[in-house]
Amino acid sequence: MAEFRVCPDSGFYFHKSAESLMKVNAVVGVVALLIAGLLAIGVVLTRWQEVHWLPADTFYMVLTAHGINALLFWCIFFEMAILHFASSTLLRCRLATPRWGWAGFFLMLIGAVMNNVAVFSGKSSVMMTSYVPMQAEPHFYLGLILFAVGALIQVFVFFGTLVIAQQEKTYEGSVPLVTFGAITAAIIAVFTIASGAIILIPTYLWAVGYVSHIDAEMYRVIWWAMGHSSQQINVAAHVAVWYLIAGVLFGARPMSEKVSRFAFLLYIFFLQLASAHHILVDPGISAEWKIFNTSYAMYLAVLASMIHGLTVPGSIEVAQRGKGFTKGLFEWLRKAPWGNPVFSAMFISLVTFGFIGGITGVVMGTEQINLIIHNTIYVPAHFHATVVTGTTLTFMALTYLLIPVLFRKKMIFPWMAKLQPYVFGGGMTILILFMLGAGTLGVARRHWDMDFAGAAMAFEYPAIAYTLMAVGAIGGLLAIVGGIMYLTVTVGSLLFGKPLEPSAGILESFAGKPLQASAYDIEKPEKLMMAPKLEESEHSGGGFEAPGTFALAMLLLVTFVVYYFINWKYLASVWPLG
Amino acid sequence: MTSFMPPADRIWWKVPVGKQELVWIAIALVWCIIMFLMMPLWHVYGKQNLSTEAYQTTPAKFGAKVEEMVSKYTVGKEAGIPIVAPPVGSDIYMLGRLWQWYPVLKLKKNQEYRLHLSSMDWQHGFSLQPDNINLQIVPGYDMVLKITPDKSGEYSVICNEYCGIGHHTMVGKIYVED
Repeated sequence: MAEFRVCPDSGFYFHKSAESLMKVNAVVGVVALLIAGLLAIGVVLTRWQEVHWLPADTFYMVLTAHGINALLFWCIFFEMAILHFASSTLLRCRLATPRWGWAGFFLMLIGAVMNNVAVFSGKSSVMMTSYVPMQAEPHFYLGLILFAVGALIQVFVFFGTLVIAQQEKTYEGSVPLVTFGAITAAIIAVFTIASGAIILIPTYLWAVGYVSHIDAEMYRVIWWAMGHSSQQINVAAHVAVWYLIAGVLFGARPMSEKVSRFAFLLYIFFLQLASAHHILVDPGISAEWKIFNTSYAMYLAVLASMIHGLTVPGSIEVAQRGKGFTKGLFEWLRKAPWGNPVFSAMFISLVTFGFIGGITGVVMGTEQINLIIHNTIYVPAHFHATVVTGTTLTFMALTYLLIPVLFRKKMIFPWMAKLQPYVFGGGMTILILFMLGAGTLGVARRHWDMDFAGAAMAFEYPAIAYTLMAVGAIGGLLAIVGGIMYLTVTVGSLLFGKPLEPSAGILESFAGKPLQASAYDIEKPEKLMMAPKLEESEHSGGGFEAPGTFALAMLLLVTFVVYYFINWKYLASVWPLG
Repeated sequence: MTSFMPPADRIWWKVPVGKQELVWIAIALVWCIIMFLMMPLWHVYGKQNLSTEAYQTTPAKFGAKVEEMVSKYTVGKEAGIPIVAPPVGSDIYMLGRLWQWYPVLKLKKNQEYRLHLSSMDWQHGFSLQPDNINLQIVPGYDMVLKITPDKSGEYSVICNEYCGIGHHTMVGKIYVED
């Protein structure tokens, strides 16, 4: 029975069941993003002290829901679509056990809805971290558990598909780099979900009354093995998507398969240690343990990100130079398709993730420096640079690619799509930079009132902190406008976009239904062959193939070094303690 | 094109790596090692290191120690909360609870104290402003730090771990005198 179709524009093969699962996961992910984005309006307009919109109880409820929908539901649903794409589509293989895939998806959906119901009832405003002994309603935890189990099932469907691809020899040689990156994400996901189960199941039992006590410190250590690792799934996934986009748009070839894969391997080995840097100022944890773990074993995972930071733009530069853009250091970059939202979103993501997200993450994750940063608004500033301008913007870039390829729709409002990455990325960058500043002045995160109204003793932040928060909020509103533009283009295209051949209707696009049966006319895709070897003349002779990228990398390093030592200097000015 | 195709060489792990990548990896690795070494070096040469001294405790036990200090060394009251001036070098206590830091401490500049911190109920965030020193306060744990206030003046302790609806009203004080 013919179950495959080939996309005439991209040449990607889609297996019927995999395609449906990709669609539903992506669509539900985008719905979660929509919810998170709407809630962001409340967060931004409340933390902008001059506006101070929501009352305290609503603010904390909104903040809880914003965090969970954005960090967990949006990212992980979308990553499930990426996993099925990286296995079934890239390897031209049928999806393993589609029914299990659907079961996993529905479990995730039920879990996500259940958790949102708990939060919006107003009795589970415990923030995403739900630190014990503060207690949420039982179905808050149960929702997360079901969501995690569903995700685990889909991850195993992904592994199963890899096994089938290998056994049925649908490809030659080793799996492509993008699939390798997806495998990295999937392995980290298994670790993440296992940690989540270890802590959330007893916490659920505690909430329903079967367990009398959960140690608050133990909860923090294990919860973060899930909480931070889930963000490492994002990193591995979005780096894989960077490589994919570089390949699709530029025909870029990884500078070195060995180096890029080795860097992904470092993620698998060391990224999980990240939970440590959330407990650097907690009681009773030894300095040796903190130093080893917070540095991801001597920063080997940071090294991996620095490697990707060179090899992704480097591969683009090499491809561009091959096309004749060889003038000076940066002609290749100037002449890049800045009007194509797939490229601009991906490149803005690369730069902000490296320069802001990466650098601030390492600085605040340094054992002693954490003292001057922990729980200030610096922390959300950092993770907006990793998860929003990093992961979310990359996934937005991928959506622009997928609307025609996966959903078979022509994009509506191309001008809006063209502007969107700049509005979203620019607004978010303003938000991040000004929140970093406010955090340095000690402004607390997860805090309703900078004026401390009703406190028995007064405290006032310096006036500049208010200004920083206000400018940051304006950036946040700009980013929300960018988010609305994204949703207008994507949802609008699925609803009203012109169907492409083989065509898709509204239901096929939205409800995850496959296209008309006639679209699936391929019984067995052609075997995926190894990439063609480079011609001898195309080798650059071992010199610096991508000098512009190297210059950018050195700029990153200098920024990194300067900023890192500025923070040590700042630390040296506070009360001595030991 | 080839990021989503199998590598061109079947034995891709034997393809030599370009000079540019090797140079960058070497530079980045050196930087990683420097950053790694900064942490132990700061333990030796730096003055701001978090002690790892901590004890398991209970709200009742910790509260009793706080009250003992308060009954001995109270010198005044501010907003209904005792101001306590404990002897230099002694064990001093501050507890976090919904929603206050208790008591107010009055310390001498450039003198070392052993500060004990714990929570009576949920988790709290000890955030000393404007110096911006931030610590996680976890119920059931008595965290002990040697502190040496090196500037005189009025300091506020705000809570920066979300602790419910009155979170923003949780402000305490530490006075440092010459």
